[in-house]
Amino acid sequence: MKKMLVASASIVGLMALHGSASRADEALDRLAKDPKQWVMQQGDDANTRYSKLNQINTSNVKKLQVAWTFSTGVLRGHEGGPLVVGDLMYVHTPFPNTVYALDLNHEGKIIWKYEPRQDPNVIPIMCCDTVNRGVAYADGKIFLHQADTTLVALDAKTGEKIWSVMDGEAGKGQSGTDAPFVFKDKVLVGVSGGEFGVRGWISAYNIKDGKLAWRGYSEGPDSDTLIDPEKTTSLGKPVGPNSSTSTWEGDQWKIGGGATWGWYSYDPELNLVYYGSGNPSTWNPVQRPGDNRWSMSVWARDLDTGKVKWVYQMTPHDEWDYDGVNEMILTDQNVDGKQRKLLTHFDRNGFGYTLDRVTGELLVAQKYDPVVNWATKVDMDKSSKTYGRPLVVDAYSTQHNGEDTNSKGICPAALGTKDEQPAAYSPETQLFYVPTNHVCMDYEPYKVSYTAGQAYVGAAVAMYPPKGDTNMGNFIAWDGKTGKIAWSNKEQFSAWGGALATAGGVVFYGTLEGYLKAVDAKTGKELYRFKTPSGIIGNVMTYEHGGKQYVAVLSGVGGWAGIGLAAGLLQPQNAAAWHNAVDQGKLPTQEKTVDTAGLGAVGGYAGLASYTSLGGTLTVFALPNE
Amino acid sequence: MTIKHWKFALVVLASVSASFISASSVALADGADDPAVASSENGKYADKDGNPTYKISPDGTVDWYTFSGFRRYHSDCHVCHGPNGEGSTYAPALAESLKTLTYPDFVSVVTNGRNHVDAANDKVMPSFATNVNVMCYIDDIYVYLRARANNAIPGGRPPAHEDKPEAAKQAETSCTGIK
Repeated sequence: MKKMLVASASIVGLMALHGSASRADEALDRLAKDPKQWVMQQGDDANTRYSKLNQINTSNVKKLQVAWTFSTGVLRGHEGGPLVVGDLMYVHTPFPNTVYALDLNHEGKIIWKYEPRQDPNVIPIMCCDTVNRGVAYADGKIFLHQADTTLVALDAKTGEKIWSVMDGEAGKGQSGTDAPFVFKDKVLVGVSGGEFGVRGWISAYNIKDGKLAWRGYSEGPDSDTLIDPEKTTSLGKPVGPNSSTSTWEGDQWKIGGGATWGWYSYDPELNLVYYGSGNPSTWNPVQRPGDNRWSMSVWARDLDTGKVKWVYQMTPHDEWDYDGVNEMILTDQNVDGKQRKLLTHFDRNGFGYTLDRVTGELLVAQKYDPVVNWATKVDMDKSSKTYGRPLVVDAYSTQHNGEDTNSKGICPAALGTKDEQPAAYSPETQLFYVPTNHVCMDYEPYKVSYTAGQAYVGAAVAMYPPKGDTNMGNFIAWDGKTGKIAWSNKEQFSAWGGALATAGGVVFYGTLEGYLKAVDAKTGKELYRFKTPSGIIGNVMTYEHGGKQYVAVLSGVGGWAGIGLAAGLLQPQNAAAWHNAVDQGKLPTQEKTVDTAGLGAVGGYAGLASYTSLGGTLTVFALPNE
Repeated sequence: MTIKHWKFALVVLASVSASFISASSVALADGADDPAVASSENGKYADKDGNPTYKISPDGTVDWYTFSGFRRYHSDCHVCHGPNGEGSTYAPALAESLKTLTYPDFVSVVTNGRNHVDAANDKVMPSFATNVNVMCYIDDIYVYLRARANNAIPGGRPPAHEDKPEAAKQAETSCTGIK
């Protein structure tokens, strides 16, 4: 009894200490639970991108119409999506990172507009277009993570700057592309620049005043990574001292990559933040012997302190640029008769992982595209020396084949089986809805030198669709408990738009040609499509206003998809031309067979430029008035 | 380190003075329109004006520098300018640009960068002056793109190439510092 009294007294004390902070958080939680609003990029802390709205359903979605549109005034690639908080919608743009507040009560009238002044020299250090993945909301503030790594808090009602802080140094190749995430009393941001020798980190700032609460690096000594050698575990075992630096040669970890530009999730009961770290740098694996921890890893950090509870490296010593930054989707599902707290992640490396998010135990690791060939499987035998590691196939190992050797026919390509485009999860079907890439590559690593602020890549990459296929993407439904594909729809181009699942039984996503598509969550049957003004790499969201459900998406082609696909990155005609026009069939057989890996698709498609052009536009859909 | 910077200083100076020359004689495009091989030295080919050019043998074998340029381009340039010099949603197709861009102008833009930022544009080409992965291979990248601009080779990886000349190995070591 005495003990209980002490305990409750200390809880009261804690509440008093953190009183204002937890109030802000509770307010945000309440908003997030209201399906009429869309107050965070991923819909909820768990990153499910699921909405309880059901006015639009499988039987009426075919009647969907465009309700209104809005031009962002910016041409480059538009990732992320708008937020709806109360009667206002917040729309962001790529560089120059303009933010608009639109009044939903007055036909989208612009209430305020914020356009930061940034040094345009940040533009060329953004490897794959000047994308930005959206703003965050909490505590009456809009948080914007600018290209130059400035994190700024704006008054949500007026757009006035409340505080701002510079998180990194653009002069060193560090840039901001990821959305800020607000959990409890903190706002979290990561860093981009894996192709510029940046050592990745994640920063947590207090939402009140912009003061840095903690920063945890992806690589370096334990004091930098916030790893506790005894308490931090990987696959159930303590990681031991200097678990990162001991897996690098010399000082390479200082320019070791591990960028953190994906989507973050949070479990309030465990107080843990989940995210992934990206590729080690350079792309030439021979220049960085060792496992290169903790690049390519799933992280679970305590929100208050940043301390690492557990970490799991999916792709030790990456040889293909399989960034591990994709989102971690948190679900509670019944596995073998037991309700478990799960984390599901669709990695660039082509494996769909399900882990126990409390302990980091690996439960499922299966290929979510059958063409994935760089590894036979992930070793699930707990007694094996290679437990939890992918079993790499020598023929596709750019390390094994060495520098100056062109390793061919590797699937997936560096784009990954999925890139940043987030998946969705419906608790009704218990399926994940995953927009994927269906692309393979040749990869030739060679030596490069590091210069601060300059590209640091070290591999030539050529991409094409898998042999015999004409589609470069799939939209799939995935069972995370068993690691099996439930259904799969072919997409002509990579499916690079984030998915939305709804209680109406409809799943939405956008395509690179610019279609917003609606499919049946159970079967994948297409129910509706509409071609928006430009290719979609943004994420679909939904909200309700004035008793009506709306579905909205940003179009505006670009991003990594826009680099290659727009120009016809994947045109196998090139390989054909080498054979027909130049080599006249005289080349050695080996060269010939592999260079024609993409020939199966000749004539099956043309460059994306034939389908769409640039331009940022928000398109909002609704059912017609009866 | 000092050697590297000294070399770069030379490149920058050379390109600046060269662009003055080309600016004053626009009509006489600096060999950009005639890529025929006029001379060669240690496996490196030049046109009648002494500008670097490519050599494609009838069996499709390309000279070392065209091949090397293909690789370097697809590491440091293609992330903006697209594969095979075909452009992206936000950077020009160099296989087109090099139909009119002269060798000195090419070197000048790569070295000094170029900005086009206004209400409708946010295009910035960075300066690569300090990037050894680009500057030590500037001629390689140029001849590769020149070959693309003249439709001398298709996109994709050249399937066969001449051996790496000893001179290329030595220049690489002294320029990059990598052995």
